[in-house]
Amino acid sequence: MLKNSTKSYGWATICMHWLQAVTILFMFGLGLYMVDLTYYDPWYRGSLELHKSIGIMLMVLWAAMLLWRFANTNPKPEPGPAWEQLAAKAMHWVLYLTIGSLLISGYLISTADGRSIAVFDLFQVPALPALIENQETVVGEIHEILAWSLIGLVILHFAAAMKHHFLNKDNVLRRMIRPLGQSR
Amino acid sequence: MKKLFKAAALSAAMIAATSANAADYVIDTKGAHAFVQFKIQHLGYSWLLGRFNTFEGEFSYDAKKPEDAKINVVIQTASVDSNHAERDKHLRGKDFLNVSKYPTATFTSTRFIPADDNNGTLEGEFTLHGVTKKISFPVKKIGEGSDPWGGYRAGFEGSTTLKMADYGMTYNLGPASADVQIDLYIEGIRK
Repeated sequence: MLKNSTKSYGWATICMHWLQAVTILFMFGLGLYMVDLTYYDPWYRGSLELHKSIGIMLMVLWAAMLLWRFANTNPKPEPGPAWEQLAAKAMHWVLYLTIGSLLISGYLISTADGRSIAVFDLFQVPALPALIENQETVVGEIHEILAWSLIGLVILHFAAAMKHHFLNKDNVLRRMIRPLGQSR
Repeated sequence: MKKLFKAAALSAAMIAATSANAADYVIDTKGAHAFVQFKIQHLGYSWLLGRFNTFEGEFSYDAKKPEDAKINVVIQTASVDSNHAERDKHLRGKDFLNVSKYPTATFTSTRFIPADDNNGTLEGEFTLHGVTKKISFPVKKIGEGSDPWGGYRAGFEGSTTLKMADYGMTYNLGPASADVQIDLYIEGIRK
């Protein structure tokens, strides 16, 4: 039940998937909101601290989900045309890649001057030496582009899930809600 | 013999050309003996300091004819450095310098009015954030003379305060932080 089977996802994947989904949507909203806060807003500093703290936690979750994916079987694709199955697979990897790049770019903004990132005042993530000149600004642009790209991908991902659930009436969405048994 | 004479004439011409431009200096940004610093109040409780790391310029100065002095400086706005990446990112963005649209800030002097041997007022046009304004500010000569490596150097300092809103930067940092002080410390190597 915890692990994936060839029929369905297990609780571990399901929990990580939805926790990531909710966190990413929240982070997108928080990101858009915080960059427009005025200097005297009480949340001007706190919003960024929160965004950074959650970002690091999300990085851990992202890595855990990726490791779990490699360490586990994956459900076989539901019946459908070969191109759809290929597109689904490609989409999953593009999502992993985009989320990973987005997280790394965020890290590179805040650590560009050698400062570490404090995670909820619990621990510090140290900085790496800056890679390029004006890193915070260059990577900042990339971070924004990636964030919007990810939301675009999420919409496609969501639309595909809806299509499978309501049009194809298959288990694609259902098996990501709770683990399905051997019987259908 | 003819060749030697030609060479001698050429050297003499070169020396003459050099001495004609004896009052021309290039600002020593290569050796980082020049600084464009800025200073702004933080909340009215303290100062925030920063600088522009990349700029270049030239000036002319002859102690015998100080009224002929002139200077030209080009600052790369993206090189703003307040020792904090997240703040620098904000400063480069649309709320402040908007460096992708306005990559340089320039100062070109139009007149120098000497007051005494070491002081005077510099007038010129300053372009920042796409806005050009006439400004004037006091300048002080620190010193000039030979350096230990065979060159000749002269150094000056100057300071001016400008209202950010005058240059189209209206992001509200609070009532105490509407003005920014710019301090120039330049050392030139005579060409």
